Amino acid sequence: MIGEIIDWFTNSANWQGEDGVPTRVLQHLGYVLLSLVIATVIAVPIGLYVGHTGRGGVLLVGSGNVIRALPTLGLVTFLFLLFTDSDIAAIIGLVVLAIPPILAGTYAGLQAVDRSVVDAAEGMGMRGGQRLWQIEVPIALPIVLGGVRNAVLQLVATAAVAAYVGLGGLGRYLLDGLAILDYGEVAAGAILTALLAIVLDLVLATVQRALVPRGVRLAEAGAKKEVSA
Amino acid sequence: MGIEFRGITKKYPDGTVAVDDLNLTIEDGTITVLVGPSGCGKTTSLRMINRMVEPTSGSILLEGEDIRDSDAALLRRGIGYVIQHAGLFPHRTVLSNIATVPLLSGWDKNKAKKRAAELLEVVGLPAEVGKRYPAQLSGGQQQRVGVARALAADSPVLLMDEPFSAVDPVVREGLQDELLRLQSQLGKTIVFVTHDIDEAVRLGDRVAVLRVGGKLAQYGTPAEVLRQPVDDFVAGFVGKDRGYRGLSFLAADDVLVEDVPTVRVGSKPEGSDGWRLAVNDAGEPRGWLAPGSVVDGELVEGELLAGGSLYQQGTPIRGALDAALSSPASLGVVVDADGKAIGVVTARQVLDVIENHPEGVAR
Amino acid sequence: MSFFDELGQYLSSANNREQIVDTLAEHCYLALLPLVLGIVLAILVGWLGNTWPRARGVILVVSNLVYTVPSLALFVVIPSLIGTKMLDSINVVVALTLYTAALLVRPVLDALDAVPPAVIASATAMGYRPARRFLTVELPLAVPVLAAGVRVASVSNISLVSVGALIGVGGLGVLFTDGFQREYFSPIVVGIALTLVLALVVDLLLVLLRRVLTPWDRAAAPVKEEVPA
Repeated sequence: MIGEIIDWFTNSANWQGEDGVPTRVLQHLGYVLLSLVIATVIAVPIGLYVGHTGRGGVLLVGSGNVIRALPTLGLVTFLFLLFTDSDIAAIIGLVVLAIPPILAGTYAGLQAVDRSVVDAAEGMGMRGGQRLWQIEVPIALPIVLGGVRNAVLQLVATAAVAAYVGLGGLGRYLLDGLAILDYGEVAAGAILTALLAIVLDLVLATVQRALVPRGVRLAEAGAKKEVSA
Repeated sequence: MGIEFRGITKKYPDGTVAVDDLNLTIEDGTITVLVGPSGCGKTTSLRMINRMVEPTSGSILLEGEDIRDSDAALLRRGIGYVIQHAGLFPHRTVLSNIATVPLLSGWDKNKAKKRAAELLEVVGLPAEVGKRYPAQLSGGQQQRVGVARALAADSPVLLMDEPFSAVDPVVREGLQDELLRLQSQLGKTIVFVTHDIDEAVRLGDRVAVLRVGGKLAQYGTPAEVLRQPVDDFVAGFVGKDRGYRGLSFLAADDVLVEDVPTVRVGSKPEGSDGWRLAVNDAGEPRGWLAPGSVVDGELVEGELLAGGSLYQQGTPIRGALDAALSSPASLGVVVDADGKAIGVVTARQVLDVIENHPEGVAR
Repeated sequence: MSFFDELGQYLSSANNREQIVDTLAEHCYLALLPLVLGIVLAILVGWLGNTWPRARGVILVVSNLVYTVPSLALFVVIPSLIGTKMLDSINVVVALTLYTAALLVRPVLDALDAVPPAVIASATAMGYRPARRFLTVELPLAVPVLAAGVRVASVSNISLVSVGALIGVGGLGVLFTDGFQREYFSPIVVGIALTLVLALVVDLLLVLLRRVLTPWDRAAAPVKEEVPA
């Protein structure tokens, strides 16, 4: 088994052309980033609105759970039959699945902001927008970005599944390998997909660390210390 | 002019009445404490002053003007606001927390920072705290920053909503003293909410006791509330030992201070059959030497009986009584402003003074 | 032919109906067995992390890593890791057990952290040994926090099972590949609908179970919070 995997990775044919690793990785990354951007543009404003005003929270959580329960493969095959185009079907499916984690993260992030802090901001005369952008969003950032990280993991996984309806990307190795029982190719696809997910998650973790204000990180660390003490 | 509540009522959609026809005038330059059990509408009343809560009916006048005539955000920038747990912005340094309102009001950044640094000193925090984040401060320090932040706009009115409830008793007492000291310098109009009657009588120039359902039960000086509660609710709320605590407002100028035999720590006292007060070289009381006790050689502090509380001359009579009751010799030690022992009082003498005092006992 | 005619025709076939029932049964088995196994595994690991704080960091990193691996990738590499056949349903059970456990380890640790130290101290003072204290005091008190995690894991499992159809073991997922190959909407729609209904029913059962397991929570609930003054 390990021999087959090494053979596959060391075969220079697998690193070139339309079916080569660089192309497949970039394709996969492209689907993930495109759907992430679309999902973020849709989900963050809705999450901010609901979290800031407190209106529609129950509806948001409920519909988020329903979408979470949607089977990826069912959604993608359904959309493919509807649009008869694998790119459109897959991107729509990916966007739909990436929205709940981002929405939930944004909403939960704003909800988690200490009420007394929001109260103080209001009491000192901040207007709604000032409160949202100067206070609530910076403090909510860790949880919002946590939602984005979840969405990215989900997208990498789902993009592999979406290869079933003819999408490119790393899922091709998994499915094409399965079709011809080439286990080296299957395992290589699995390893590459997992690696991509892990690398993206690490990158986002670094971004998260860079974006979260120092005071918020200190407060988090303090809270953790109190719990473990 | 101050702050005037005129027929203020707050009803919530579910029918609960938080505040019921409140009429109250809060005088300029005083600390007015709203006190009562939970559900009495004290916080709601406070939050109506800066329009965090809008009344169902009635009006509030600030310096003679209806607060509804001004924009809510601008009104709030002109009123200091301190809450429980301080509500500091965790993502901003202490200095930029304090500078919040000046910056909102469009001050120049440097001017705002300079003002913030000044205020840090005013509330008794060292300058290096300014660069820290709230998570790096103790609860008491956070609360001081909260006060500094409220003072930053230099507004004449300060609203304080249970600001000291979340800190431990020792720190709380320090913060209370600090507030009184600040107030003696600044002379703000402070509206202070607490559920703690001790805090209320300690800080308030006037105390408004509210009952559940948002009705004003009594409004008066702390002494009046303690000594002449208008009804059973107020009497019950101020507590069982209100008679004793009322002594906090009685001056004790008439108490006769008697001389007491003293011995100096480090000297070689001779035997005696009476109580003797041990003092150090500065004349400060260190403890008691019991009747009949014999000292071999020099008197050291370890041989002394611990003394009771000390009563500083000129302070309220409650301290004199406590000093007498807590002393092993039944003699309360009286000290001057420098802490030097000047004599003793007995409980009997203190009680005589109280009984003969025109405002002495609750009648 | 309208969609509903197509659906009527699809459902009128006894073969199709039989397939639906069979795949639904398989779906329940493939989703729920890993849920139970995953909970047990997470509690074991959580207990380890709780009693042996040094293991904690490692446990959290590993569980994060497992959760990062895309489902399809995990499905196809498990056979080579544990030596099963590619089409064996055990692969899906193992993969989903790992996901469930990875998802629940953090809530288990958080829940155990949240048990008031005074309760643990008084149990110890009354003579509980550590194992018994864990099972009869700490674990029950952790149920409310754990329950939330279990609900997420159950929804996620039920939706993920269908990805297994790509390796030939997928419960209702088989309806998706079927519908895709025959360009036929009905099985896909039926599959999606049944997945959602299954997720909903299991979620309701979990809510009920949580209520039964934590009677003290219910007793505490009706006491109205003090009206803020």
